[in-house]
Amino acid sequence: MFEVSLGHYLTLGAIIFTIGIIGIFLNRKNVIVILMSIELILLAVNINLVSFSIFLQDLSGQIFTLFILTVAAAEAAIGLAIIVVYYRNAGTIRVEEIENLKG
Amino acid sequence: MLAHAIFFYFFSFVAIISAIMVTVSKNTVHSVFFLILDFISISCLFIMIGAEFLGMIMLIVYVGAVAVLFLFVVMMLNVAQQKNQWFKSSETSTHIPVGLIVSLIIFFELIIVIGGWKYKPDIIKNFSDSLISNSTNTHNIGSVLYTEYIHLFQISGMILLVAMIGAIVLTFRKREGVKRQNYFSQISREKKQGVELVEVKSNEGIKIDV
Repeated sequence: MFEVSLGHYLTLGAIIFTIGIIGIFLNRKNVIVILMSIELILLAVNINLVSFSIFLQDLSGQIFTLFILTVAAAEAAIGLAIIVVYYRNAGTIRVEEIENLKG
Repeated sequence: MLAHAIFFYFFSFVAIISAIMVTVSKNTVHSVFFLILDFISISCLFIMIGAEFLGMIMLIVYVGAVAVLFLFVVMMLNVAQQKNQWFKSSETSTHIPVGLIVSLIIFFELIIVIGGWKYKPDIIKNFSDSLISNSTNTHNIGSVLYTEYIHLFQISGMILLVAMIGAIVLTFRKREGVKRQNYFSQISREKKQGVELVEVKSNEGIKIDV
């Protein structure tokens, strides 16, 4: 209980990952919250990589976390730019009203 | 060890609560603030277990750049006042039970994998040569990142460049009635178009039409 092991960190990552997926599925508000949920999922992946890296004494996990951080920042910038352009064209970013794709 | 456990539970509790608040909060600005709180507590966890460099980088990149970007966009698009309609969807939609079922299945699968998993007892010895003791985490990361992973490092720089150009190109628009600097017409302007030499006669002056 008081010995914080690898399983604790993996469980924390699993919980945050699940919260991110719930946020994507159940969101009816706007697309920005979906992007934030994607950031949460990437954060959970980072937790897993860093905890494995620390507990297995291998640095590769931290290096890959750095790359995931880079890709997450690029993805956030591109996604927000797309959202801004969509808002300018359509006037809304509510999830229920974005129905051009019929999906 | 007890203090370690207490800090772990505190930070992970804050992280989970703020992650839940990101998804359920009514105001989008509050969601962004809870996202910032989540990043801060996770980076505290990283610093606590010995990945100081990543914790600090996560503070700088996520809290300093990404979250502020989210905040800018939320405030710019005027969506902060849209109320969240969680359980009162207009038509009979099935997204809530389906989403909950899929998420819980994923969660239990992850928990089963974590709970029933063991590693070989000698696996740490196989990996441990990449960590140099007596030097800091940042030094270790630098010595690995700039030697073994140098190509991936360069490629991640290219990814950032492409993202920057893409964001600029996507959001760029030409508006009417705005005076802009046109470099080509500035540079290609010649002496003939700008200056005219006129022979001025005495006592008559010259008429200038602009």
